[in-house]
Formats: sequence, structure tokens, C-alpha cells
Amino acid sequence: MASFLGVYLPELFYVLCGLVCFDTAFRARKNKRAKAGTILFWTLTGLIFMLGKLLPSVVTGSMLVIMGCLTVTKQVSMGVFQEATPQFRKASSERIGSVIFLPALTVGVLSLVLSFVKYNVIKDGVATPTSLNGAIMTGTACVVALILAFAICRPKVSETREDTSRLLMQVGASCLLPQLLGALGSVFSEAGVGEVISGMISSVVPSGNRLLGVIVYVIGMVIFTMIMGNAFAAFTVITAGIGVPFVIAQGGNPAIIGVLGMTAGYCGTLMTPMAANFNIVPCAVLETKDQKWAVIKAQLPMALIMIVIHVILMMVLGF
Amino acid sequence: MEYIKLIGIVIICLGFALKLDVLATVIAAGIVTGLVSGLDFVRILEILGDSFVSNRLMSIFLIMFPVIAIIERYGMKERAAYLIGRIKNASGGKVLSIWIVVRSIASALNIRIGGHVQFIRPLILPMTEAAARKSKGSDLTEAEQERVKGLSAATENFGNFFAQNCFPTSASVVLIQSGMAVAGYDVGLSDIASSAIYVMIISIVLTIIQVYLFDLKIKKGAKK
Repeated sequence: MASFLGVYLPELFYVLCGLVCFDTAFRARKNKRAKAGTILFWTLTGLIFMLGKLLPSVVTGSMLVIMGCLTVTKQVSMGVFQEATPQFRKASSERIGSVIFLPALTVGVLSLVLSFVKYNVIKDGVATPTSLNGAIMTGTACVVALILAFAICRPKVSETREDTSRLLMQVGASCLLPQLLGALGSVFSEAGVGEVISGMISSVVPSGNRLLGVIVYVIGMVIFTMIMGNAFAAFTVITAGIGVPFVIAQGGNPAIIGVLGMTAGYCGTLMTPMAANFNIVPCAVLETKDQKWAVIKAQLPMALIMIVIHVILMMVLGF
Repeated sequence: MEYIKLIGIVIICLGFALKLDVLATVIAAGIVTGLVSGLDFVRILEILGDSFVSNRLMSIFLIMFPVIAIIERYGMKERAAYLIGRIKNASGGKVLSIWIVVRSIASALNIRIGGHVQFIRPLILPMTEAAARKSKGSDLTEAEQERVKGLSAATENFGNFFAQNCFPTSASVVLIQSGMAVAGYDVGLSDIASSAIYVMIISIVLTIIQVYLFDLKIKKGAKK
């Protein structure tokens, strides 16, 4: 039971994700531009989702390189689709009414409920309560929502497949970016990039001055997070290298300095395209004109003001 | 020459600045960094493949696409606009102000409400757009529309980031505790979480100011 919930059931939902990609690959055969490349791209994406755990890592890695070659030579493109007319959407929204919100709300409410579910993993005779895998929570909620959506709207399956392929082609390669940047982070850490940077930063830190220590810690968290795209990775390195010796060792309260160090890193997250899942994917999902910087632009004032506020809060509350 | 290892970061910065293909840029940065650091090519492919697969959860939102496809075709955005239209004095900034408060509280209690695919595209953005249109009294310009999208996405991130440390067993608080423990400081999870409240409150206030300024700009746009 535990291995079913922990290992096999999540894979089932990744298989469904793979099917969505395959369907898009199948739809790409109607593409006028870049037909072969688009079909290959979405087939490979689907394969990685479905067979991720079974394929040898080196094969998956090679597939990623092929996909990169396809996108850089512009061999992946968007098809031409017939969207629903505004008249149709207006008429059906009047016919269906507010029940139309039910599927979207179900996704939220059901994943919330599922996040409270715990099951016991028994290892060496000791039972530890474990939360469900994230893929199970989101996956189950979306499947239930899909059934509700079908029941409420009664769409044709063919038009739902069309619309889904359109959405996926629109989001395009950027839906894979968060995963890929995570992979890049792994290469960075194996190559020792973190050590080089923390060495650089700690060589310029002055000791004996609280304010300077605080400023360098906050800025260090921001910059390192922007580079790695991930405040968690930055926190471990920068707190050990700067936060502890130059702020906490000078009398800082570890709980307050620590938590402010982390959120200082989040200010960096708000400003970097490396945090693709927060900053780039939303551009694609919300169909902004500027597909890279629209979200970061809106976040920039907040991030800069919050950086100053973090320095102030550390000085006022932290000592 | 240790600094040569940073070449991957240079490649990423150049790639993003010159608007080159992102997928290829990231892969190239990974391969070059690995090669100059003495990893062999097969090992680099292994790390990339392995880590890509173990990060699949980040792309699980694909599974929501068929749901969005249906509810958008059958007029959910239109319904949201209709409901907002019946509220007097609705404005884009007010919708986003309510959202930042709800999202921050949910995040602080570790309640999973949010997400750009799950909430912003189907619910929050259509309501904000409709409310902004209503307060302006005419259709939004392209630049205003772009701004509504940017702010809706940003509000989601603000609420998510700056409130999540208020929950004592969230991943970030546990990481802070273990980081401090390694350095020799014993700190309780609830001490860390209670220190996070200042940042949450300040970020909510700043968000409300930002979206209020946006409301003013929209109304100014209407007078022209």
C-alpha cells in the first residue's frame, strides 16, 4: 500500500501528463510550419513524463539535448487553431450560470483536503505518518474537476482535445523550463559553483561592523538566489558563509536573522528569470505580450523596497 | 582558475539578455559548466536527465489544461466578468487586494490555495480584468492589459513567498532551523515562524499600495 501511494500512483498522473503531450504531438501533424520538429518535440516530452523512472538517465539527458536543438533551430511551432467565438462563450456562460466555477474551485478545495491526508509508512517496524505525494494531490483534484467540467458543460471531446493542444503549444517549451533549471542547478552543485561564489563573497565581507554584515548578508542572499533561481540553495551556502560569522556571531538573534535571510532570498526570486516557474511560466500561461519580463517588471518595485526593509528589520528586530 | 566554473552563469545572463532560445541556453550552460569543471559528457547527460525526471512535479500543472480548455470555451471568464459587473465600485486593485489577503493567510496556514495555472488564469485574472474595465468605463489598452496580467501573477508570488514562513513546519522553516542547528544554534520552529509575521504584514501593505496606484492610473487613463 505504501509503495503504491508513494511510487506507483504518482507515476499514473505523470502518464496522464504524457498523454496530454502525445495528443499535442498528434495534433501537430496538422501544422503547416515545422511539422516534423513539433511532433518530435512533444513526443519526446511525453516519453520523459511517462517513462521517466524507467529510462536510463543518460537517455533522458540525450533527449533533452535533442529537444534543445529543435527549439534553437525553430523547429517547434504553434499550430493554427479555431477558437470559440465570443458569441458562443457569452451564450453558454448565460446558459450554464455560476456552476461553471465549480471545476476550478474543486481543484483548490480538493487539493486542500488531500493535503491533510496522511498515511503510515512502515520502515524497520516503525510507522511514520507521511503526506501524500504532490502529484497525487494535484492529479486527483484535476481528474475530478475534469469529470465535473464534462458533466456541467457537455463539450465535444474533439474540441476539448483541440483546446488543450492549443494551450500546451502556447505555453510551449517554457513549461519545461522549471524542470530544466532544476537540472542545471544539479550540474552547478556537482561542479562546485556554489563554493566559488561563497568564496568570492566572504572574501569581501568586513568583520566587526553590524550594519555592513547585515547589508552583505541580505545582498548576498538576493544575488545568489538570482543566480541559482532558488532561495533554499542560496540559504544554506550564504548563511553558513556570511550570515552566521558576520551577523549572528555579532549578537544577532538566530531565529529572526534566519527567517529574514530566507525572505531576503525571495526578493531575489522575484527578480530572476532563473525562477522560471514563478516568473516565466506565468507569462506563458497568462499570454502576456512580453513573454519573459512582464511578471518580473511588475515585481521589481516590491523586490527593491523589500530588500531595504529587510536590512532595516534585521537591524531593529535582530539585535 | 576556479572562476572559469562561473561561465554557465555568464551564458545564462547573455542568453536571457539577448533573448536567445531559453531551452538551448540552459542546456548549453549546463554542458559547458560541467565540461570546464572536469565532468565527462556522459556524466553531464546523466545529471541533467536524472534531475529533470525527479523535478517532474514542477510541471504537473499540465494535467489541469483539459479542465481550463473546457471551462474557458464554455464561458467562465464571461461569467466572472458578469458577476464583477454587478458589484458597485469594483476595481482591479480591490480584487487583487482581497486576493493578497486571502492568499497570504492561506499560505501562512499552509493551505494550498493558489497557483498561476490553478487560480490566476481561470479565476483571478478574469475578475481583475473585468473589474478594471468597469472602473475605467471602457476597454483596457494593450499596455493596461499587460499590466493587469503582470500584477495578477505578481500578487500570487507575493502572497506565496512572504507568508509561507509563518507556518512552523513549512519546508522553508525546517530548512532555516537545520541551517541554524548546523551552525550550532538551537532554535525552535515556532520562534522562527513567529518572526516571519512582520514580513508578511509589510508585504500585504505594500501590495495593496501597489495595486491602489494601479487603480489610480487606470482612472487617469479613462479621463484622457
